[in-house]
Amino acid sequence: MAAKPKRYSIFSLARNALSYHQGWQRAWRDPDPKSDYEVVIVGGGGHGLATAYYLARECGIRDVAVVEKGWLGGGNTGRNTTIVRSNYLWNESAGLYEHAMKLWEGMSSDLNYNVMFSQRGLLHLAHSVHDMQEIGRRGNAIYLNGIDSEFVTPEQVREMVPFINLDCRYPIHGALLQRRGGTARHDAVAWGYARAADNLGVDIIQNCEVTGFQIEDNTIRGVETTRGRIGAGKVGCVVAGHCSVLAEMAGFRLPVESFPLQALVSEPVKPIIDCVVMSGAIHAYISQSDKGELVIGAGSDAYVSYSQHGGFDTIEHTVGPIVELYPIFSRLKMLRQWGGVVDVTVDRSPLISKTPVNNLFFNCGWGTGGFKATPGSGHVFAHSIKNGNMHPIAEPFSINRFNAGALIDEGAAAAVAH
Amino acid sequence: MKKQVNRLEHNARLNRRKSIRFWFDNRVYEGYEGDTLASALLANDVHLVGRSFKYHRPRGIYTAGSEEPNALVQLEEKAYTEPNRRATEVELYEGLIAHSQNCWPSRRFDLGAVNSWFSRILPAGFYYKTFMWPASFWMTYEKYIRKAAGLGHSPTEPDPHFYDKTYTHCDVLVIGGGPAGIEAAIAAGQTGCRVILADEKSEFGGMLLSENILINGMPCHDWVDNRIDRLKAMSNVVLLNRTTVTGYYDYNFLVANQRVSEHLGPRISVNSPKERLWKIRTKQVVMATGAIERPLVFADNDRPGIMLASAIRSYINRYSTLPGKNCVILTNNDSAYHAALDIADEGGQVGIIDIRTNPNGAMVESAVSRGIWILANNAITGVGYSRGRLRYIEAMELSDDGLKVVGTKQRMLCDLVGVSGGWNPTVHLFSQSKGKLRFDENHHCFLADQPSPNNPAVLAGSCRATWFPKECMREGHEAGCEAAKCAGFDAFPETDEIKTVQLEYAPQRPLWILPGSHPIGQGRTKHFHELHNDATIGDIQLAVREGYESVEHLKRYTTTGMGTDQGKTSNLNALAALSEIRSLPIPDLGVTTFRPPYTPLTMGSIVGHDCGELFLQIRKTPMHPWHDQAHAVYEDVGDWKRPRYFPLGNETMHAAVQRECRQVRQSGGLLDASTLGKIDLQGRDTRRLLNMLYTNAWDKLQIGRCRYGLMLNEHGMVFDDGVTTRIGEDHYHMTTTTGGAARVMSWIEEWLQTEWPELEVYATSVTEQWAVASLNGPNAAAVLQELTDIPLDEESFPFMSMREGKVAGIPARVFRISFTGELSYEINVPARHGLVLWEQLTETGRKYDICPYGTESMHVLRAEKGFIIVGQDTDGTVTPMDLGMGWLVSRKKQDFLGKRSFDRTDTSRSGRKQLVGLLTENPEFVLPEGAHVVSELKASPPMDMLGHITSSYMSPNVGRSIAMALLKDGFNLKGQTLDVPLMNGTSQRVNVTDPSFLTD
Amino acid sequence: MFLIKCPWCGYRDQTEFSAQGEAHIVRPEDPYQLDEEQWGDYLFFRKNPKGIHHERWVHSHGCRRWFNVIRDTATDHIHATYRPDEPIPELSSEETSKPA
Repeated sequence: MAAKPKRYSIFSLARNALSYHQGWQRAWRDPDPKSDYEVVIVGGGGHGLATAYYLARECGIRDVAVVEKGWLGGGNTGRNTTIVRSNYLWNESAGLYEHAMKLWEGMSSDLNYNVMFSQRGLLHLAHSVHDMQEIGRRGNAIYLNGIDSEFVTPEQVREMVPFINLDCRYPIHGALLQRRGGTARHDAVAWGYARAADNLGVDIIQNCEVTGFQIEDNTIRGVETTRGRIGAGKVGCVVAGHCSVLAEMAGFRLPVESFPLQALVSEPVKPIIDCVVMSGAIHAYISQSDKGELVIGAGSDAYVSYSQHGGFDTIEHTVGPIVELYPIFSRLKMLRQWGGVVDVTVDRSPLISKTPVNNLFFNCGWGTGGFKATPGSGHVFAHSIKNGNMHPIAEPFSINRFNAGALIDEGAAAAVAH
Repeated sequence: MKKQVNRLEHNARLNRRKSIRFWFDNRVYEGYEGDTLASALLANDVHLVGRSFKYHRPRGIYTAGSEEPNALVQLEEKAYTEPNRRATEVELYEGLIAHSQNCWPSRRFDLGAVNSWFSRILPAGFYYKTFMWPASFWMTYEKYIRKAAGLGHSPTEPDPHFYDKTYTHCDVLVIGGGPAGIEAAIAAGQTGCRVILADEKSEFGGMLLSENILINGMPCHDWVDNRIDRLKAMSNVVLLNRTTVTGYYDYNFLVANQRVSEHLGPRISVNSPKERLWKIRTKQVVMATGAIERPLVFADNDRPGIMLASAIRSYINRYSTLPGKNCVILTNNDSAYHAALDIADEGGQVGIIDIRTNPNGAMVESAVSRGIWILANNAITGVGYSRGRLRYIEAMELSDDGLKVVGTKQRMLCDLVGVSGGWNPTVHLFSQSKGKLRFDENHHCFLADQPSPNNPAVLAGSCRATWFPKECMREGHEAGCEAAKCAGFDAFPETDEIKTVQLEYAPQRPLWILPGSHPIGQGRTKHFHELHNDATIGDIQLAVREGYESVEHLKRYTTTGMGTDQGKTSNLNALAALSEIRSLPIPDLGVTTFRPPYTPLTMGSIVGHDCGELFLQIRKTPMHPWHDQAHAVYEDVGDWKRPRYFPLGNETMHAAVQRECRQVRQSGGLLDASTLGKIDLQGRDTRRLLNMLYTNAWDKLQIGRCRYGLMLNEHGMVFDDGVTTRIGEDHYHMTTTTGGAARVMSWIEEWLQTEWPELEVYATSVTEQWAVASLNGPNAAAVLQELTDIPLDEESFPFMSMREGKVAGIPARVFRISFTGELSYEINVPARHGLVLWEQLTETGRKYDICPYGTESMHVLRAEKGFIIVGQDTDGTVTPMDLGMGWLVSRKKQDFLGKRSFDRTDTSRSGRKQLVGLLTENPEFVLPEGAHVVSELKASPPMDMLGHITSSYMSPNVGRSIAMALLKDGFNLKGQTLDVPLMNGTSQRVNVTDPSFLTD
Repeated sequence: MFLIKCPWCGYRDQTEFSAQGEAHIVRPEDPYQLDEEQWGDYLFFRKNPKGIHHERWVHSHGCRRWFNVIRDTATDHIHATYRPDEPIPELSSEETSKPA
């Protein structure tokens, strides 16, 4: 086990400056895999690392390996638009995302790693009577679930976002505001969890791809990897876009399809937009990073692809609404666009579930919005793995809901037009 | 105005007859047509142009092209302003205004430079380690961090310019108009195929414009002009200068951005597009994208006056500017010797510090023969900088392994340093096309390896490490022939004999990170591998020390390559440093994927004309002009503009809606229902299709009769509803919701084509073919009777039937169906007659006190009768039974879409959410839609929710407020009194009822 | 930005088409023969393979016909397109070999 790493603080920073920062330790070790672990987590993204961290910290299970085929945080954790919110309609979702929100609020000090969680407020714009009904319903549900929720008028929207074009093609009727919503630094989340988990004894094994599962008597015994077999009492798969590939190895299918999702950033500019603004109706999601880049989320394409590329038409359909809503951004430039693979379920809610194989658990299907759930997802998944029974918050998100028809349909509720 | 002290005698590519005045940081300067802002500033001896991103260090001009990491300026002011423009790309025009960025109060005296003093506690990733205490203070810290970051300023006014967009096809797209690209275009053009040649610069010629060699006996600039003239004479060749190919997508789809008019200045060019986005689908691509010089990294290598050696050549040969008097070239290779020779040719003082132990060969000999001094096996270990200018350099001898310096320090006066670490082929677009790269040990750079099968591109010239003009031209010619052939053009283009200087280079020394007098990362100097984001070799060391050792972690932890230059001059040196620190060869480190765009792409250009009025189509009904005249207030429903209400005078919406609703039931009202989806269904199997699409049975519907139906998805959930009418034996007219029209059409087509191709049904969307006026109310028959020949008596025209005839002289289908519960006729006429029909109906209706009404009243009127609106009272999780409409579900039919799902555990359970009516105890209070009914009222949330209010109105006809709600086990709650807590802390008592409030 | 060969119209830009998910999922002749799990499988569970994928597209901004595409989801390489009434084209072993 690693020597107790030094805490991060302004004092340690100043002290290390004297030695030109030669004294810093590795944030996490680079161990070789042991032959057996009590729990193996497949996937070193935010959710997987958070799972390992909570297993070690809260569940007393420190004999844990996180195996990652590339470098940790390299999947959707490093590709998303960093938005955090918990303003979901259904009780099940609100429970899950608000659980995450509360963990976000203490995360930096909990991990001793500044994840730059910034509750700069998040606006959901309503562009029609139907939109107003949708946010009306959602806003009230959020409120009655004990989560912060406010309606604001177009004038209040303008006060928060002075350059917005209220009178755009679909004029803004109002907005739903979650003041506790905001953004966090996505890479820091992965690194912070990795460092903290490592500190508790978790082995983080990078460049280690799972190539198969060892299953006996319908019970998981271990994983085959590019770095050899690793025995495991329990296995949790948290691999986002590639969950179907792993499910196939384990012999079952998932109610998931993997779609390309793109995002883009502008060149960095001085602060111009403070809160996060989302418009589902014309599809414009924007925030400004601390570096000054406008971070803009695109919609997913509707075909299965693992190529991490998407079409330019999607970029056109993303930037169009941004300029319609913020005409002042027309002269700014798109600096970089990129693609990821998102695992999408029919009801746009995740799967946190047991599987047909005993002691094999899956946590996937987060679609376009997994980042915000990272701590909550890892937390309830860790407890579920430890107990062998799903955590009450995770319970409704089982794979079986699709057979029974008990969908948690965030998509249908928001998207149906009339 | 000061003289352009660094201007040379020859004209180069400048128009010396046209001098141009421009302003930089409020001082006026002069340049010439053909200058860039950078070349004009250098001609005026301005080296300091801005401050760096993090430490606010003074920065100058580092390159002469789009790879510029340093010289970013705020171009123009007010609405015309643009942040972060590379001075090396901005063409000079009369009256240009630019400001330095990231400095206050001025670039010479910048308070932000305080960061530089604290730079020791601000290494890479410092923010991850601090600002955590107290937790609530992060956002306070963050405010200052945000202010300090961000470079230039966004405009704060709408863009006065417009942008164009065009879509084109060609056989061969040649990217890059240097020697290879020009020859490729000529060769391909000769075969007769459609060629586009695109180059990011204002002029074609590429590196030849920075050269001074002779080709076939003529100066290379003249040679370029000749070749371009030749291309201009080919009608099948399109020449796009000032056009950057920014993105390479699958199946040879490329995006190029043409800067159409900005070189004329923003005020002149408002009448022509600022930029034009080309979306090009080409059969073949020739990449002649050239190469970018690789810097050497040494102590304080970021000072103004230090630039790429090739940039010095460009400023001399293209822009007639020698940016210094006393120059030193620092190099690990032969190519930079040309810069020294050029400087000497122009009479500048120049020497070469060559880090190779024993440089020799033809290039060395020519330098020596010109009296240029060469200091071998030495490195620059420090620079002197003050008051905007470089003053001196210090050099020391390198150890054998190149990791240390030894001996004594020499100080040399010097105001310009040209650095060269060899060349980096520009393979960004190749990588974007999903092509695989490999690291080439000979050339020490990444080269194209395997193209993607979707995008077979040919490369030519220095982008594949072919360095000399003659070979580049030959390769270009061959690539042009090859591409044309692959595109199906088999002619053999003639080869032109090319005579030019034959060059040969000695090997370079594979060393890019030069040691300083202190270990790197220590002492007071900084080794910047990444100028744009202020990332140093010390940062890389720290990252590796802390375990951020994969390339991807490094990139994120140190921000290397994340600037607006996307690391064009820094990525490989970061890899080299990482390779050295980790003792791993570069190929084992991997390379990050290059992402579009190649250079930043203006958002306005991506949008083109698709903004403002053209953002998304606005659909209007044929009656729209009448609504306009009646001062209708519109509602957006999908793409449609529908009248929401028709205010009289200063009437509020509430007043107008109350009046309209009352009037419809008292005398009558007229609704424009043209937006309803309409699908014409014909064919002998149409009835079978309807039986599968709808929950109810369609076998017994007579010709001329109408029937209401609910449509479900396969999950058993309601997704549309409407009335379908049997027009003839095998002919039906289906209506859908306004928003669902396209979805239902696709739904029908899907099933017909994929599952039931044996069914003979022809489905045609006729939404826009019919204009529909819905005439409602007790006087409806009287009004219609005046205008139609159709008998309207109950017997000949009963409820839920359709009759054809003439209305106002127009052939019409009249449906006696009702969404208000009143006597109602939906009059359908060909769309072109819609306005006339409407005018006649309103005119005739006047004496019967008929008013026009909008969607808001429509909603109230239908709610009074308990009629649902799909999408408002349903949400994709609601079955017909949940709506209390189980009577619409046929028990006899074996199957219809969605039926099987009814029997699933969750769908068949009791206690699902069900549609009910709600009446507030206070009849004046209108519940907000979306408010929730709770099982038990508590002082504050959380509270258990039973469900939400889907519709809620003040009903003038019921004489009180009414509402509908979807409540858990709602049918069993009828008769109970429950609470609705509101977000303002108050609550309302409600009685649960049937969702029908107005009984006949 | 695929270039897709519509079996009726020839090669067209991807923007003219809409993707419609996995192909060859046949609606059960008698849904009531399926138990809840089988019905759930039909409705929601998909192969979602990384590699060769048979999928449905519709030429929505063209002839509005549905057809099938064989595409490698790892590389986005389109191997074949075919009409719903045509047999599934056979790919060479080289084409179907899984990407590395």
